[in-house]
Amino acid sequence: MTIFLPCLGVCKSLLQVLSRSTFSLLNQRSGLTSRLEVIMMLDFSGLESSAPLYGGSNELLSDGFSAAPSFDLPVTSDFDDFQKNSIQMVKPAKGTTTLAFIFKEGVMVAADSRASMGGYISSQSVKKIIEINPYMLGTMAGGAADCQFWHRNLGIKCRLHELANKRRISVTGASKLLANILYSYRGMGLSVGTMIAGWDEKGPGLYYVDSEGGRLKGTKFSVGSGSPYAYGVLDSGYKYDMTIDEAAELARRAIYHATFRDGASGGVASVYHVGPTGWTKLSVDDVGELHYSYYPVEPTIVEQEMTEAVVA
Amino acid sequence: MECVFGMVGKGFALVVADTSAVNSILVHKSNEDKIMVLDSHKLMGASGEAGDRAQFTEYVQKNVALYQYRNGIPLTTKAAANFMRGELATALRKNPYMVNIVLAGFDKDTGPSLYFIDYIATLHKVDKAAFGYGSYFALSMMDRHYHPNMTVDEAIKLAEQCIEEIRSRLVVAPQNFVIKIVDKDGAREHSWRRTTKD
Repeated sequence: MTIFLPCLGVCKSLLQVLSRSTFSLLNQRSGLTSRLEVIMMLDFSGLESSAPLYGGSNELLSDGFSAAPSFDLPVTSDFDDFQKNSIQMVKPAKGTTTLAFIFKEGVMVAADSRASMGGYISSQSVKKIIEINPYMLGTMAGGAADCQFWHRNLGIKCRLHELANKRRISVTGASKLLANILYSYRGMGLSVGTMIAGWDEKGPGLYYVDSEGGRLKGTKFSVGSGSPYAYGVLDSGYKYDMTIDEAAELARRAIYHATFRDGASGGVASVYHVGPTGWTKLSVDDVGELHYSYYPVEPTIVEQEMTEAVVA
Repeated sequence: MECVFGMVGKGFALVVADTSAVNSILVHKSNEDKIMVLDSHKLMGASGEAGDRAQFTEYVQKNVALYQYRNGIPLTTKAAANFMRGELATALRKNPYMVNIVLAGFDKDTGPSLYFIDYIATLHKVDKAAFGYGSYFALSMMDRHYHPNMTVDEAIKLAEQCIEEIRSRLVVAPQNFVIKIVDKDGAREHSWRRTTKD
């Protein structure tokens, strides 16, 4: 969450002008009172401070900020967030972690469940794995509304395809339908980073589709701001020949590590498996509890302990 | 960071492209094939924005096939290049395609040819062409070592030299490259140059 500050250089000079004018106003008022005070012998000169005051005299400043002390600042419009912004520039934008990979027994799909609006966590229980139909799953990253709507729309189109052609649509076809739709809305502000995972006649299928119009076929993907962290765990632990339990544990662990490091990911780690008979929901684990199950609290080693002195 | 380059030899044309699919600092895939086989004797190496590349190249491929079905004969390389340039030019002032293309083809009567097509619909028939950051290294390498009527082995060796130069000098060099060739026997994949298995 960034607080919008007006350009500090302009602000500083503006404040100086205003403070001079308020100061002169104060002077005038105090001039009047001091003439009276000569008679009453009260001295208010200590109340006249050179720094602009809060409250009344600052009504001239419409934004209500107090003036910063004047020292030279680097030439950026927002100094406090400058370093944070430069990291944000390279980090993947969509605040989430989702991943999917193909292995011997099918496709494993996992995601976190946190929704964030800048620095505010708006929900810890968002369903980011969308069930398009009983044998295809889609993951959500980016705009929640965009992902939910277009996945639902894709589900409708897949069903229509089934009815028209008397056979299920392939994962290739479904992902192409979605990619074409998103391509036609390119540049209009949709934010979708999704993976379509399913099992069709050719076996397991996994496609990455995004709102820039890109569509990639692959065996291992992770999408979202936590994806670099998840990729690290996923790449090092991945083997094609894994059992369903091993793959689920790998997916769960990768999501956990991403939620540990990425502020925009958290909540619960849900893991789904897509097999030849369709998808099944394997587990939903709170990542906080996962942390303590992976890294239990060790009792600290006490080097020196204070005990009661034995009184003779 | 995408590199596509190509050259013409004796009776063949070669196109080399990197195979990375990148999103900001993340490499999603390092075995993405960016050289599309347009038809039996044409290769199209494309680099540019992800969605545009896939959509435009598939659009061109289907239209080239349509022409063949309608008219019974395939398009020449020159005609395909001009068709592509026309499509890019028409879209340029409305909804531009951000794709750069190296088109290589073999025609029975004119032999091998290579076309350089820019994203702003520039079209040039050339002997050697390159796009992307890799072009800074590949173009001078090719200018120095290229000569007309090279054999396949000489051309592959020159392509390897370019790839090595890109790998050693480009700060975020792509991991893998694919080499495709087109000659009188058709367009096919020649080989890969990998540093990672994916």
